[in-house]
Amino acid sequence: MADQRGKLTGLRAVLATAVYPLQQLISSPVRWLDDVAAQFASREALIAENARLRDEQKNLEARQLTFSSLQQENIRLRELLQSPVRIADRYLIAELLAINVAPYSHVFVVNRGAQQGVYVGQPVLDARGVVGQVLRVSPFSAEVMLISDPNHGIPVQVNRNGVRTIALGTGRSDRLVMPYLSGSADVEVGDLLVTSGLGGVFPAGYPVATVTAVSAQGGVFAKVSAQPVAPLDRIREVLLVWSDVTSGALPAHSPPDLPHAENQETVPVQKVQLPSLPGQQGDEGEGE
Amino acid sequence: MRVRANNPHGGGIIILMSILVAMGLNLLPLPSSVAVNNPDWVLLCLVYWALALPERVGVVSAWCVGLIMDVLTAHLMGQHAMAYALVIYLCIRIHRRMRLYPPVQQAVSVFFYLGGSQVFLFWTGRLQGSQEKPAIAWFAIVLGAIMWFPVLFGLRRLRRHFSIT
Repeated sequence: MADQRGKLTGLRAVLATAVYPLQQLISSPVRWLDDVAAQFASREALIAENARLRDEQKNLEARQLTFSSLQQENIRLRELLQSPVRIADRYLIAELLAINVAPYSHVFVVNRGAQQGVYVGQPVLDARGVVGQVLRVSPFSAEVMLISDPNHGIPVQVNRNGVRTIALGTGRSDRLVMPYLSGSADVEVGDLLVTSGLGGVFPAGYPVATVTAVSAQGGVFAKVSAQPVAPLDRIREVLLVWSDVTSGALPAHSPPDLPHAENQETVPVQKVQLPSLPGQQGDEGEGE
Repeated sequence: MRVRANNPHGGGIIILMSILVAMGLNLLPLPSSVAVNNPDWVLLCLVYWALALPERVGVVSAWCVGLIMDVLTAHLMGQHAMAYALVIYLCIRIHRRMRLYPPVQQAVSVFFYLGGSQVFLFWTGRLQGSQEKPAIAWFAIVLGAIMWFPVLFGLRRLRRHFSIT
């Protein structure tokens, strides 16, 4: 219990540093196999991948064109409303260690730690959406709890209309549940859930999950389940996020130099194209 | 390489290495459906050494190994430590009897050791408010009991080869 109250973090960090080489050692064959597989990838496959990535880059660049002006506009408007502004998020790529932490808990270890400035409670993202948050930090590694862990809850809102609720993990990497939505809540299959920014852990506006099943509408509570946007069981690399939020009124000097700061990338919070999931409502509902 | 037989403290490194290998087996990056059935190799290894050399591998070493396992498996510090210490305490209490058992009967006892440690881990997990379903991986325990044979014969061979006493 002393550990839970944070009295043993020092000892824990020491032990975690001591076992880090062991974790690296166990993880290395998997990485080595990946490297070998990459060596033997055929030339055609590489050319095809290159072409695909080029297309993707063009696409992203085109979107980026309007983004900085939109961001400026957003900052100006928010300034008028005297509401807090998320200035920019800073990212650090971390690699997962290929080790199995514990069979039932959805926790994994990444190769960045306190030395890189990682802190407890830091949000962790994937290129597609929210992955989880940092649970514990040691000097060179950190434990990340996935949003699908049964002990994890994340405040979300429906992107379409702003209905807020909390999405809880279920222990299955493809399913979150939202038990606190009232029966009359306007939630539909296919709705995108984004972080609401309440609770102060996750910055607002990142995609979390898409609703896959809504049942018992009209009752006191609706049974809503959703599938995380990030492929939680297949991720290899994650992004650790530092977000700078000005609370209250915006300081007057900040807007002009924002989008051009070094190492400060910003992600447009936009409607992500969703795979349509027809016919899943009945399947999921009956399983309950 | 043969360690000198007259050295009463030789072979500590071998014991340590075997436990490190067991930790590696516990952390093996298996797909999650298989990983649920991965037995607790570290406890198997500790039980062997506690039966063979109870004056060298005891409750304190089990506690220390357990602490490291807690860190490795993202548990609260002390969960594995306490579970391992209790199991090894029992082991050492009855090690004279257990050494005389045929391997099959030893495997049955090992089944209960592994089960007891699992129950303890889930129980302490619930105490700290974990929402995990109290599912106990029965197959992992059965498999662990079966794996007692390779662990027993393998480590016994290792011990004789390096004449660790």
